[in-house]
Amino acid sequence: MRLLLDIALGHLRNRKRQTVVSLLGVGLGVGFFIAIAAMMQGFQNYFIDKIIDVSPHIEMKDEYRNPPLQPVERLYAGGAVGLTGVKPKDEPRGIKQGRAKVAELELLPGVKASGYLSGEIILRYGAKDVSGTVVGIEPERERQVSKLENDLIAGALDNLYTTANGLLVGEGVAHKLGARMGDTITALTAAGVILKMKIVGIFNTGIVELDNFRVYTLLKKAQVLQDRPNVVNRIRLRLDDVNQAEALARRIEQRYGYRSESWQEANQNVLGIFVIQNGIMYSTTGAILVVAAFGIFNIISTVVLEKTRDIAILKSLGFTSGDVELIFVAEGLLVGVAGALLGWVLGYGMTEALGTIDLKTEGFIRAEGFILHYSPWHYIISALMAIGAATFAAYLPARKAARVYPVDIIRSAA
Amino acid sequence: MAEAAIRNAPDSVPVLELRGVTRVLPGPVPVTLVRDINLKIPRATFAAITGPSGSGKSSLLYLLSLLDRPTSGEVLLEGRAIDGLSDAARAGIRLKKLGFVFQFHFLLPEFTALDNVMLPMRKARLLEPRAMRARALDLLHQLDLDDSAHKLPGQLSGGQRQRVAIARALANDPHVIFADEPTGNLDTKNGRIVFDIFERLVDVEGRSVVTVTHDPDLAARAEMRIHIVDGRIV
Ligand SMILES: Nc1ncnc2c1ncn2[C@@H]1O[C@H](COP(=O)(O)OP(=O)(O)O)[C@@H](O)[C@H]1O
Ligand SMILES: [Mg+2]
Repeated sequence: MRLLLDIALGHLRNRKRQTVVSLLGVGLGVGFFIAIAAMMQGFQNYFIDKIIDVSPHIEMKDEYRNPPLQPVERLYAGGAVGLTGVKPKDEPRGIKQGRAKVAELELLPGVKASGYLSGEIILRYGAKDVSGTVVGIEPERERQVSKLENDLIAGALDNLYTTANGLLVGEGVAHKLGARMGDTITALTAAGVILKMKIVGIFNTGIVELDNFRVYTLLKKAQVLQDRPNVVNRIRLRLDDVNQAEALARRIEQRYGYRSESWQEANQNVLGIFVIQNGIMYSTTGAILVVAAFGIFNIISTVVLEKTRDIAILKSLGFTSGDVELIFVAEGLLVGVAGALLGWVLGYGMTEALGTIDLKTEGFIRAEGFILHYSPWHYIISALMAIGAATFAAYLPARKAARVYPVDIIRSAA
Repeated sequence: MAEAAIRNAPDSVPVLELRGVTRVLPGPVPVTLVRDINLKIPRATFAAITGPSGSGKSSLLYLLSLLDRPTSGEVLLEGRAIDGLSDAARAGIRLKKLGFVFQFHFLLPEFTALDNVMLPMRKARLLEPRAMRARALDLLHQLDLDDSAHKLPGQLSGGQRQRVAIARALANDPHVIFADEPTGNLDTKNGRIVFDIFERLVDVEGRSVVTVTHDPDLAARAEMRIHIVDGRIV
C-alpha cells in the first residue's frame, strides 16, 4: 500500500548514511555474484561445449567394469565364497565383432557410431621422442561423429586417404617434436612396428590433453602399427541429444557387457570440480549477503526502537499490527530491491571490466582472457537472494514493532 | 454525512457507556488503575475528566477510546459491545469513529502538517485522493493553520502542533474525540483556543469530546464533569 510505503521511505530517509551503507552491502554482494557467475559459468560452458564437441558422447572400450564372475561365485552370490589367484583368461583384446556392433548401434535413432583402434605410440623426429596415443579413424565416418575437421589448423582430413602413411598430429605434439606440416617422422609401437609417417594435418582442439598427446591415422594403418589386423578396441557414439548420453551408455553396457562411458562419466572429475566451484561461489556471495543482512537488521532495529512513539501513534490512529509489520518489512524490501538494482549495475560493470582483462591460461583448456557468460538467471537469482535476505532481516524487528502496545508507550510519554 | 448519522442516532443511546469496568495491571504486585466504573456519555456532549495526578484519568480515557481493554466489565460504543472484537476490528473502529489528541503532539516528524492530517484518511480510504487533500486543507483552514500546511512539525510552535493534531483527529469525521491533557504543554491563550475548538465540535458539529484536564477554569466549560480519585468516580 502506498501509504505504508511512504512511511517506510520516510524512516529510511531519516537514516541516510546507514541506509546507503546497507544498500552498498547488498549491491556488492549481488554485483560480485553476477561477475563471478559470468566468469565461472562462461568457463564451465566453454569447457563442456569443448568436451561435447571434441570427445565422444559415449565411448565403448574393450574392457569390463567388473571382472567376470567365476562359476563358484555365481553359485554362492553375496561374497559367501572368496576366490584368490584367479588368472584372467587370455582372450584376444578388442571388441568382438566390432563392425557388426557399429552397424547395430547406428540403427538407434539420433546416434552415429564409429569404430576405432587406439594404442600407444612413440614418435621420433630427429633427436626427439614424443609418446602419445594413436587413434585409427575412417575419415568419412569421422566427419559424422566428431568435429575433428573443424579443429584442423593445417591440412585436411582427406589427406589421410591421399597420402600413404599420413598422420594428423595435435599442435602440442608437433611443437614438442619440432616438426611441421609435411615433415616425415618415425613412428614406433610396442608391437615392434616401425613406420615412416608424414604429417598431413595439425589440429588444435583447445583441450590440452588432446593437443599434446593425440595423433590420428587411418584405421587400417593403426591396425598395422599395433599389429592387430581387423581389430577395433573403441566404439564411439555421437548423439543428437547429448543429455541422453548417460542413460544410453548404461543401456549399451548392459547389452554388450563392454565398459561404456558417457561424456559425463569420462569427465566426472572435472564436472565434480564445477559443482564445488559453484558451491564456493554461492557461499561467498551468501556470506556477503549475510553481512549485508546484518546491516539491514541493524538499521531496522534502530528505527523500530527510535520510532516506538510513532508506532504507538499509528496504532492509536487505527493502524493494525499487520500494517505496522508491513511498514518495517517494506523497509527491508526497499533496501533489498534498491541494493539488487545497484548490484545489477555493479555486476554488469565488473563483468565488462573482466572481459577486457588479457590473460593466457593453460590448464584443462587453453583460453585467452576470461570467457564470460551473460545470463539473466544470474541477475534473477542474485536479486532474489538479496531481496530475500533483506526482507528476512527486516522481518524480525518488524515483528517486534507489530507487538508494540500503544497504551504502554503513550502512558510513559505522558 | 457522518454528522447526519450522528444526529439521526436515537437520543437515548449514549455514545459511550462503561458498565462496571475495572482495569488491573497484572504483575507480581497487581495495580488497579480504575475500579468499577459506570458511566454514560450522551451524544454531542463535552465531557471533562478531572482528578489528582495518578488517580486514573488517562487509564479511563484509554478504556473509553478502545486503546485498552478492561479486566472486567463492559464497554459499549453507540450501544454495541466491543470487548469481544479483535484488535484489528477495534483498530478499524478507532480509525473511522474515534479521534485522539494527546498531551504531546505526537505528529510524525517526517510528514508535513498536511500529510499528517491526511494519514488517517489515506488509511481509511473513504475518499478520493483529491477529496482527501481538499478536506485536510479545509480542516487546517478551520484551525487557522493555512500557513502551516506544508511545514514539518519541527518548524511549528507548540500551539500550532496541537492544532494540527486536532485536525488529524478530525480527519475521518469521528463521532468522539478524546484528548489527554491537550493543553498541558500550552500557554493560557493557546489552551483557550483548543477548548474553543472543542466547544465548536460539540455545539456546531454534534460530536462528543472527552478530555482529561488539570485546569479547573477549562473544566468548568464542560457540560459533563467526571471526577476521579484513586481509580473511582466520586
Ligand atoms: N505501567 C504501570 N505500572 C505500575 N503502575 C502504573 C502503570 N501505569 C500507571 N500506573 C499507575 O496507575 C495509576 C493511574 O495512572 P494514570 O491513569 O496515568 O493517572 P492520571 O492520568 O490520572 O495521572 C497511577 O497511580 C500510576 O502510577
Ligand atoms: Mg494522565
